[in-house]
Amino acid sequence: MMNKNTKLKGYLVNTVALAVLLMAFLILNANFKTPFYSVVFIPSLWQISYLIILAASLNLVLGFLGQLSLGHCGFMAIGAYTAALLSLYFERAGIFTDKKAPVFIVSILVSLLAGGLLAAIVGIIVGIPALRLKGDYLAIITLGFGMIICNVINNLPFAGMEGLSKGSAAASLYKTGLGFGNTLKTKYAWVAIVITILCLAAMFMFIRSRFGRAIESIRDDEIAASASGINVSLYKVGTFVYSAFFAGIAGGLFACCNSSLSTASFAFTNGSILNSTFIVVMVVVGGMGSLTGSMLSAVLMFLLNYVIKNVIKASGMPLFVQNLFKYPMLVYAIVLIIVIMFKPKGILGTREFSLVNTIEYIKGKLGKKAVKEGGSK
Amino acid sequence: MSGSLQTLSDFLQCLIVGLRLGSVYALVALGYTMVYGIIRLINFAHGDFIMVGGYTLFFTIPAMLAVNDKLPIWLAVIVAIAVCALVGVTVELVAYRPVRKKGTNMTALITAIAMSLFLENLAQAIPAIGPNYKIMRRMFSNKAVLNFLNISLDWTTLLTILIGASVMIGLQLFVKKTKLGRAMRAVSEDKQASVLVGINVNRTIIITFAIGSGLAAVAALMYFAQYSTIMTTSGTMLGLKAFVAAVLGGIGIIPGAMLGGLVIGLVESFTTGYISSSLADAFVFLILIIVLIIKPAGILGKNVGEKV
Repeated sequence: MMNKNTKLKGYLVNTVALAVLLMAFLILNANFKTPFYSVVFIPSLWQISYLIILAASLNLVLGFLGQLSLGHCGFMAIGAYTAALLSLYFERAGIFTDKKAPVFIVSILVSLLAGGLLAAIVGIIVGIPALRLKGDYLAIITLGFGMIICNVINNLPFAGMEGLSKGSAAASLYKTGLGFGNTLKTKYAWVAIVITILCLAAMFMFIRSRFGRAIESIRDDEIAASASGINVSLYKVGTFVYSAFFAGIAGGLFACCNSSLSTASFAFTNGSILNSTFIVVMVVVGGMGSLTGSMLSAVLMFLLNYVIKNVIKASGMPLFVQNLFKYPMLVYAIVLIIVIMFKPKGILGTREFSLVNTIEYIKGKLGKKAVKEGGSK
Repeated sequence: MSGSLQTLSDFLQCLIVGLRLGSVYALVALGYTMVYGIIRLINFAHGDFIMVGGYTLFFTIPAMLAVNDKLPIWLAVIVAIAVCALVGVTVELVAYRPVRKKGTNMTALITAIAMSLFLENLAQAIPAIGPNYKIMRRMFSNKAVLNFLNISLDWTTLLTILIGASVMIGLQLFVKKTKLGRAMRAVSEDKQASVLVGINVNRTIIITFAIGSGLAAVAALMYFAQYSTIMTTSGTMLGLKAFVAAVLGGIGIIPGAMLGGLVIGLVESFTTGYISSSLADAFVFLILIIVLIIKPAGILGKNVGEKV
């Protein structure tokens, strides 16, 4: 039983740790100007931040509520297009002209929030009929909604064909509005980090609340949960909408760090690691029911993909090794199968990494060591 | 020609195209539904079996014609069926069975996704296939069988519909009448009980995989006879729509898959013909959503109440 004191201590420790890390990052950001930093590290940071939000938000539905959704990228697409179109509108209306002005930050935040809210509204529309179904039927109906969302976006006159700077439907470029180059990505890196932290904090608070305990009981036994007075459909739709909101925010971040938008990026499957199936993969590999697990696996998946794609090619490995890694997704698939075979419950299972417990653990170890050393003297 | 006659012939043309598409979807959906019925797994790799079948056809046809150019081209499908069945059984033995023993439903699903990725990218890594598309040889004559009131029916379409129908009838007879078919139905209903009556469950599962993947090869013949470009990802969307068809009809039910396939084919063809070709996919999924909301277990599925 966790008493109030340790809970408070936990919040305090985590906040202090995050603040220290953020400060360290800001100092680093101001002083560190090598090309590697701005061309490789910062873009990766942006990608990792939206992948983390995506994986963690899907984990609410998949791990904590126990319902399989295969259309998560649909919500992300809504967030991305909303944020991009809104910022484009802001710029055309003359609210900001310079991307370095302070008012630009406000318009980024407004665009992201609007993306999240619209995704949440669509989440209500999708969730109410879809969550009447269970298991594989739910999986296929969410997949269907994801497909429809992308298809509709492609056919919208202001989003697909001409809205985003008159690109084609498949790759509609937007040159203004959001869409950062590497300099801007470096300048606004703190936005990505702060938003990721805020989203994760909101999700952690959600699963530790009364609401979170209720949805875990629905996952474990739906009938028992409804017998003990939990309004099952309300809680299911509520979680789905909450998760869609964060997917929308992640979409907004995606729109920030890419110079073009195309619904192919949000498809059910495609050749990259950003698609609805792969978010499911991230959640399962990290551990269903562990938010820190999702964060960890999002980072690992990204790094794995990145290393296979770029580092092996650049390194002075022998030719046959390089040829082996010429097909990154092939290696990826093999690694995935191996992980699933040896760790069927995911890396962390349902455990959560906790700073306070780790400190206590280290303290305990050190204490034991001290006692031992004291005894041997 | 008068307007109403034109409307009628447009309608019939859509119907014919829909039936052709529907037969392909139905055959692929059968593979999904049989595997799902027996091990409760959405076999995401099934779409890639079509791709395997397609490439087998692509390489077998020239080899076969080099031996004897009098042979009908479609005979290559026998090799494709064998290769697909082999791939299906290998996937089951190497990946699905070990994971099924250890993990949960969800890990099995992830394995299926990983297998799908693996097959697609393995094909790309093979130098003779590569990432670019290839053009398939024409398999059936493209001469029209009949050309009547602006309706054209060519051999490809006619043969696709006929092959689809005969395979489906054959499968239905196999499942209903033979001992093996009865064993398959028994295993899909209750695994433990079928062990008790002396059915070799693992062997039945392997045979199901072999038949399902073999059907994918036949579907590949029908599909690539119509659309001659082949890529490593050309099975993905087809597989997805066929899976939708299987769910639409009621997953795990063999006649359901046939019905679902035909419905999806007709919806797609009529949407393309009457509304918009770029919205065809959206309409396919819309129909699925409407059916599932009205009848959550699919058209032919039975709603089973949960026991407490």
